[in-house]
Amino acid sequence: MLKTFKIGGVHPPENKLSKDKKIEVLPLPKTVFIPVAQHIGAPATPVVKKGDEVKVGQVIAQSSSFVSTNIHSSVSGKVTKVDFSADSSGYPKQGIFITVEGDEWMEGIDRSEDLVKEISVDGPEIVKKIQEAGIVGLGGATFPTHVKLVPPKGMKAEVLLINGVECEPYLTSDHRLMLEKADEIMVGIQLLMKAMGVDKAVIGIENNKPDAIKLLNEKCAAYNGVSVQALKVQYPQGGEKQLINAVTGKEVPSGALPIAVGAVVSNVGTAFAVYEAIQKNKPLFERVVTVTGKGVEKPSNFMVRVGTATSELIEAAGGLPENTGKIISGGPMMGRAIASLDVPVTKGTSGLLLMQKEESKREEIQACIRCSRCTSVCPMGLEPYLLMTLGEKQIFERAENERIMDCIECGSCSYTCPSSRPLLDYIRFGKGKVGAMIRSRKK
Amino acid sequence: MSITVVYTIATLAVIGAAAAVILYFVAQKFKVIEDPRIDDVDEALPGANCGGCGYAGCRAFAEACVKASALGDLNCPVGGNETMSNVASILGLEAVKKDPRVAYIRCNGTCDHRPKTSSFNGATTCAIASSVYSGESDCQFGCLGYGDCFDACDFDAIELRSDLGVPQIIDDKCVACGACVDACPKNLIELRKKMPKNRKVVVSCRNQDKGGVAKKACSVACIGCSKCFKECPFDAITMENNLAYIDSDKCKLCRKCVAVCPTGAIIEENFPPRKVKPEEKKETEPVN
Repeated sequence: MLKTFKIGGVHPPENKLSKDKKIEVLPLPKTVFIPVAQHIGAPATPVVKKGDEVKVGQVIAQSSSFVSTNIHSSVSGKVTKVDFSADSSGYPKQGIFITVEGDEWMEGIDRSEDLVKEISVDGPEIVKKIQEAGIVGLGGATFPTHVKLVPPKGMKAEVLLINGVECEPYLTSDHRLMLEKADEIMVGIQLLMKAMGVDKAVIGIENNKPDAIKLLNEKCAAYNGVSVQALKVQYPQGGEKQLINAVTGKEVPSGALPIAVGAVVSNVGTAFAVYEAIQKNKPLFERVVTVTGKGVEKPSNFMVRVGTATSELIEAAGGLPENTGKIISGGPMMGRAIASLDVPVTKGTSGLLLMQKEESKREEIQACIRCSRCTSVCPMGLEPYLLMTLGEKQIFERAENERIMDCIECGSCSYTCPSSRPLLDYIRFGKGKVGAMIRSRKK
Repeated sequence: MSITVVYTIATLAVIGAAAAVILYFVAQKFKVIEDPRIDDVDEALPGANCGGCGYAGCRAFAEACVKASALGDLNCPVGGNETMSNVASILGLEAVKKDPRVAYIRCNGTCDHRPKTSSFNGATTCAIASSVYSGESDCQFGCLGYGDCFDACDFDAIELRSDLGVPQIIDDKCVACGACVDACPKNLIELRKKMPKNRKVVVSCRNQDKGGVAKKACSVACIGCSKCFKECPFDAITMENNLAYIDSDKCKLCRKCVAVCPTGAIIEENFPPRKVKPEEKKETEPVN
């Protein structure tokens, strides 16, 4: 019996065009731009300056607080400048420009492909190493992983959930990783379990990836306490709270963290990064990125160094199709359109979706017809039409009472609205305002 | 039949009288003693309830005026000096003369000047667009053109110009209430001193990028060259973050800065046409 979350959800066309494409290593770029804020929390502080020689894996920006993380150089070469450059939103963000020279790695990084199964470090040391390696949630939210592994006082983790759902249409980076790096992921899970002190882990995978479910099920036989749970194909199955609800049946209370119900969720990509950081001493500086879209000549999955420009990935996938209307960083449901091809790949970039002109245009906005579809698909049990109106009319106190901060921004409401109303745009705007209101109250 | 009518009238009369007595005492008991001058001041105000004075409405402003010991900080931008002197005479206070102001949108990045490099088809409000991305051109400081200022204006003083892509303020309707200033997420609108005949000399740009970047994004961007800053005989111009700013309180409208600006970022408005220089005149003289 397939499990799923209890309320809401939609099922957009899956379009997993690149699911049979092996992960290719993208050739080294000539220059990279590595932003210092690639995670949720305080931006890292650059520790290199113009003219410095750096090696692959060297710390180039230091974590500045607990909820922050190190940034490592993804290439070897010379720092050209530490400056601001536009990120996907078009606003400038600080980062480090490096001109690539050769490919010289830091000493101590094990570059071999051999699987290291033996775990020789204890729990606290794993957490420390994860922090040093700059690992963040690779599902897209980029929350520093070490923070998740240390539960707040009085709370205890009971189960580790590994997110291999990949419910976003088009994206296949996690899927390919599960197929090609299954052993490494299993060791990574063991490491995470040890760090948290739990003896149970469940890998949640959507049922549209039967090969991954089968493979990981076989691998699980060799490990105690790890199992695979096949899940119904329903968006947003991969949402943290939805996954917990689907697998454990528990509901994370409004405003609380998953740890409140004893669960910690990590992406399969994160598990792989943890394996590499601890067993291979390799910090997080590259990740799998899907480049896809209906017009793309060769939809592909690339292993990409962080900081590589978007244009290089598109080039490697066969070039920019002529009638591209929109380029999205991430999946079609939650990704963000990017305004320039110079935008770099960051730790949170799971895919690049090139949408054709005819699919990227939004329909004309019409009046709400009170069909309540948005309410019935909302996986958080909210009333999107109401939250939109409150955002539009700027009635933020009421919006807070209507639990606007519970919105996970999955976009199911906007997707399903027959009047093409920009529900999520206004809700996100309202969330920003309500969030600022709550923060100012705490001060 | 007739007796019923009498009874009904009598009963209603008794109830009415009793209610009147009760109401009288209740009204006495819960009487609100209000300064009668509040009503007078309220009467003297324009009644626009725009909030330009910083209070919730005209009534709240009137209360604040009556409470205040001096009118120095209190000003009704809509009514201007005339209204404030009326208020002052009601309260027996000294009126403080304030220069009338007018809003100005400091962006001249019209369609001709600022090429579009991307397009946005999300919710069409400036607040949302600016929270999602920097704008359709390469200038992240410029006007988005979705008209949050237009929506905020209660006085029809802002005109949306789809041909320009940047809204325009109608000086004669603007009362300087400041609603548009708060509505603009890019912080483009400023309340500047109203000059005679609505004349203006203003740096119509907020781009803080370095010169080259700014110029590439918009042909009329301020590139921070400081020429105007050096030219100004009245110290009205300051330079900060690659951007010139003309203080309207110090500016004497000499227009020397306009002449030296290499990009045309400094705008002059409502001046008579400049006299053509004599040597240029010669060239244009018809040859007989």
